[in-house]
Amino acid sequence: MSTRADVCVVACAEAFRGDGEILAAGIGGAVTVLAARLARLTFEPDLLTHDGGCLLTGDVPPLGRPPEVVEGWLPFRDHLWLVLNGRRHVMLGASQIDRHGNTNISCIGDWARPKAQLLGVRGAPGNTRCDPTSYWIPRHGPRVFVPQVDLVSGLGTDRGAAELRRVVTNLAVLDFAGPDGTMRLVSVHPGVSVADVVAATGFELAVPGEVPVTREPTAGELRVLDRLDPGRAREREVAA
Amino acid sequence: MTAEQVAATLESGMTVGIGGWGSRRKPMALVRAVLGTSVRDLTVISYGGPDVGLLCAAGKVRRVVAPFVTLDTIPLEPNFRRARQAGQIAFTEYDEGMFMFGLLAAAHRLPFLPTRAGMGSDVLRVNPELRTVRSPYGDGEELVAVPALTMDVALVHLNRADARGNAQYLGPDPYLDDLYAKAAARCYVSCERLVDTADLLKEGPVQSLLISRSMVAGVVEAPGGAGFTSCEPDYGRDEERQRRYAETGSDEHQG
Repeated sequence: MSTRADVCVVACAEAFRGDGEILAAGIGGAVTVLAARLARLTFEPDLLTHDGGCLLTGDVPPLGRPPEVVEGWLPFRDHLWLVLNGRRHVMLGASQIDRHGNTNISCIGDWARPKAQLLGVRGAPGNTRCDPTSYWIPRHGPRVFVPQVDLVSGLGTDRGAAELRRVVTNLAVLDFAGPDGTMRLVSVHPGVSVADVVAATGFELAVPGEVPVTREPTAGELRVLDRLDPGRAREREVAA
Repeated sequence: MTAEQVAATLESGMTVGIGGWGSRRKPMALVRAVLGTSVRDLTVISYGGPDVGLLCAAGKVRRVVAPFVTLDTIPLEPNFRRARQAGQIAFTEYDEGMFMFGLLAAAHRLPFLPTRAGMGSDVLRVNPELRTVRSPYGDGEELVAVPALTMDVALVHLNRADARGNAQYLGPDPYLDDLYAKAAARCYVSCERLVDTADLLKEGPVQSLLISRSMVAGVVEAPGGAGFTSCEPDYGRDEERQRRYAETGSDEHQG
């Protein structure tokens, strides 16, 4: 029996399908990191994964555990090289995202004197300009899915993004195959209706006539997830 | 030198680069010494962490130049947030990769270096002083011309150094500390332990000698000098002390 968190991890892992021998990078938390490791251990074995620090891992350890085998060194400066070189697919977060996939992690409100200062743009401008990028948004709601972001950190399809692959949320999977590269509903997670997703989205979403249900993990994938995340950290990250 | 002697060389209005990354290997002993001086109106260049936060809280900062300010395991930096939300500081926002090109340009004494990172984003909107440049080759691509992040002074913390300023990192990541040293008119190194030059290769290979004495103006022995940030392998981040800092915005261990 799979949970919503299991479905989300598998949907994120699917973002890496077909990527081959590039770095699959999850940013923070459990779901995106598990997704990269699950993809590598199942359908995308050539992927590179890292330990969250500066090691490329030869084996695929459980969350929070160091690798037993190291196959490479990736200090921050080489991470920045990798971004420009285009051999990285990162699954980022976003505090705001619009219908073209422009995202904001810098600040809320007016940039000159923000209501809420967040991180700064970090590597989002370069990532989205040079590499395939996906997003994991654990709380799908109108405060995140906004008509216009306050500051474009990550580029949308209307601003020269290299490739926005997909957006996975706690409710659904989305991509950018809508009119003029806008966000389109790909599937809803088991137990979620199309109306739920539309109501949680603060802009007009492209919705096809038939919306399938996001696939559930296979028994084999669940066994891999149990080994990678025996403490089920993924459950604490996913708003049902 | 002592940390106080390093701090005494700073003057109001200077541009100061600070090594490390987020809440990792920050030269906190040197930063705390700066807090005890009367300098003001600093421009601080940093992959920012509590170094930026403490200087902002002490009213030392006119402008922050950074791609982020974070405590790593705690995403948002309280003092930087407060200063920004109160409109007390100016902020020059950079993409992480753009920022490295600014350091590389300064280290090579170039006026700028081109990069794709930043094109199309609002970094160019909120920093209208940034210029673009068109490739002179057949591709004709338009790129960001990242200006050199030249510094008056750089402050970095490494694991070991000799008294002349040859400095060694023993952890897994050099961060960009060698570029800070090369980008600054003067670089000061604090270290966990001063060792004889003859002993530098006892703990790490020659590749771990990150910074040459030719780029260093002074060395400070400061055991625990990165605390509460991490300085692997000598110590990890003091998460409990960092949590108290994040809650109160003050660092009771300063001074």
